[in-house]
Amino acid sequence: MSMSETEADVIDTLVGIAPGSPLDAIRARRPEARKHAQASFQALFAPGDIAGVSAEERFAVGCFVAGLHGEADTAAFYRAGLASSGATEALCAAVTVAVAEAVTEGPYGSFPAGPLTAEDTPGLIYSVGAELREALGLRLVAALEHVHMLVFHPRDAAPEALQALLDAGWTTTDIVTLSQIAAFLSFQIRVVRGFRTLAAAA
Amino acid sequence: MPETTLTPPPHKIPTVFTRAELDWLPWIEPLAEAELTERQIAALMDPGRVKSPYFRLLARDPDALEARTRTDKDIFYNTDAGLPRAERELAAAATSRLNGCIYCASVHARFSATYSKRAEDVQKLLDEGVSADLGERWNAVVAASVALTSTPIAFGPAHVARLRAVGLDDLAISDVIQGASFFNWANRLMLSLGEPAETA
Repeated sequence: MSMSETEADVIDTLVGIAPGSPLDAIRARRPEARKHAQASFQALFAPGDIAGVSAEERFAVGCFVAGLHGEADTAAFYRAGLASSGATEALCAAVTVAVAEAVTEGPYGSFPAGPLTAEDTPGLIYSVGAELREALGLRLVAALEHVHMLVFHPRDAAPEALQALLDAGWTTTDIVTLSQIAAFLSFQIRVVRGFRTLAAAA
Repeated sequence: MPETTLTPPPHKIPTVFTRAELDWLPWIEPLAEAELTERQIAALMDPGRVKSPYFRLLARDPDALEARTRTDKDIFYNTDAGLPRAERELAAAATSRLNGCIYCASVHARFSATYSKRAEDVQKLLDEGVSADLGERWNAVVAASVALTSTPIAFGPAHVARLRAVGLDDLAISDVIQGASFFNWANRLMLSLGEPAETA
């Protein structure tokens, strides 16, 4: 992505907030949230220090998470980000196919055994399709399987899931970054949908 | 050699949603307190957080942590009008209840009960879940949080209309949106990087 693309406020852009509009005024009343939602995007997708997670990996995970939410414009934004990150066409295509095979409805999952077990809800435990594994590579296969759980059934999380990431070559610090990417997008995508709905209901 | 996950010390896992104070035990290694750099300490925002394994783990990506925390604080603590704090916390608790984050739900149910002085209703949300009847105003806030938390997102014009009907202006509705959305962020970190434990 070029600097100008990453500097434009992503939420404002995706919601379509024009300067001086009612929603612009509302966002201005929570100025730190506005500024730091964008700073979070910058820290996760265009960091000063790229560290252990490459730009391509960041956008592959982002593109997958956004795709799973089914919000077309946000998904298109991250798909464009992946294409601009240096990813091959084969990787972009593999992420698109992965979204199609992984999409479901959440939240579901299990609680610690006890009274809440009555609320346990089964659902898809995603395993990346065999035909996508080569294009994605070991690290991204593990990452996509993990963030699928974060998106749809986070209460199923367990240390074994983190061990699978470590075994695939991610470090502990990389796992923090990957987790932040999936978790932050779970926020950003909802804020965009919420604000769009609010603007349309004016 | 790849790194390995941590085995938490023996502890009692909470099996119900509660307003009691809980501990949180990491599954991967937080930074050691003595090794924190100036940048990492600054990213914690609050000096007391050097004692928190959760924040010392997130400090491994300090820029992401600091931006997360500043976003959080403005959504929940900004006192310039909008939704009363008790109901911002209600949105956080309802989101956590639906996603299944027992730790986050405990913290924000306590805050909601403290600020609203409606501990019984907050407990009803924890005990019965997001379909509990808490009176129309709170029901509208919970229903909006649930619709925002579902994937695919189910939040639509009817939720906005229902919030307006119980007296929320658009700034207050934006606080519901940002409060519920933020806990979709927080829940996923808390749930996936460690586990809650009952305090001894």
